[in-house]
Amino acid sequence: MAQEQMRPNNQGEIRYLTPLSVDNRKKKYCRFKRSGIKYIDYKDPEFLKKFLNEQGRILPRRITGTSLKFQRRVAKAIKRARHLALLPYVTDLMK
Amino acid sequence: MNKYETVFILTPVLSDDQMKETVEKFKSVLTDNGCTIENEENWGLRKLAYPIENKNTGFYTLIEFEGEPTIVNKLETAYRRDEKVIRFLTFRLDKYAAEYAIKRRAVRKAKQEERAAQEAAAQEAAPAQEAPAVEEAPAAEA
Repeated sequence: MAQEQMRPNNQGEIRYLTPLSVDNRKKKYCRFKRSGIKYIDYKDPEFLKKFLNEQGRILPRRITGTSLKFQRRVAKAIKRARHLALLPYVTDLMK
Repeated sequence: MNKYETVFILTPVLSDDQMKETVEKFKSVLTDNGCTIENEENWGLRKLAYPIENKNTGFYTLIEFEGEPTIVNKLETAYRRDEKVIRFLTFRLDKYAAEYAIKRRAVRKAKQEERAAQEAAAQEAAPAQEAPAVEEAPAAEA
């Protein structure tokens, strides 16, 4: 129980609070495709934090909705940022 | 000729002069090997996300340059030989990255100008006796 409450990924939990209906679920989309971003900058750690969980791990694209092409680029940018100590490799309570 | 971007982190124990000297050294490594430096940014002393060599801060410097691929090895050898460098990253810019870099440069320049303008305005508002001496300084910087 306690473990479930502490789960960082509260997106799923919110979904269950609303009446569960498969048709009603919001369609996920790739934010890079939608807003026309072509290059993901590793120098902006605040932006990259959107794609990390609280332990500093990269979120899967089934959660963020990022397309495969941009997930690769996000991953690359995050890894560059980690190498330059702009982002941590492992941490607790990042957000 | 390719476009490259390189970032390196220097140890925080250096004085300001030593830091600038080191940056100049790496810039001369680039220019001596026939590269053109397109942009240079000094991010100053920043906190590291995790300790490197037991240090929690470092001087970040970013240089964008254009040159032959062989330069990268030479530059990285120079980094490795210099113990003042605690971390570095060099990579080639693809076409999207190059576009982004140009845009970023323009944005940064605009911000800098805005800041300079604000400072100038603040100094104009300052007492008139100080004004003549200080007002010339920001103009020279810009």
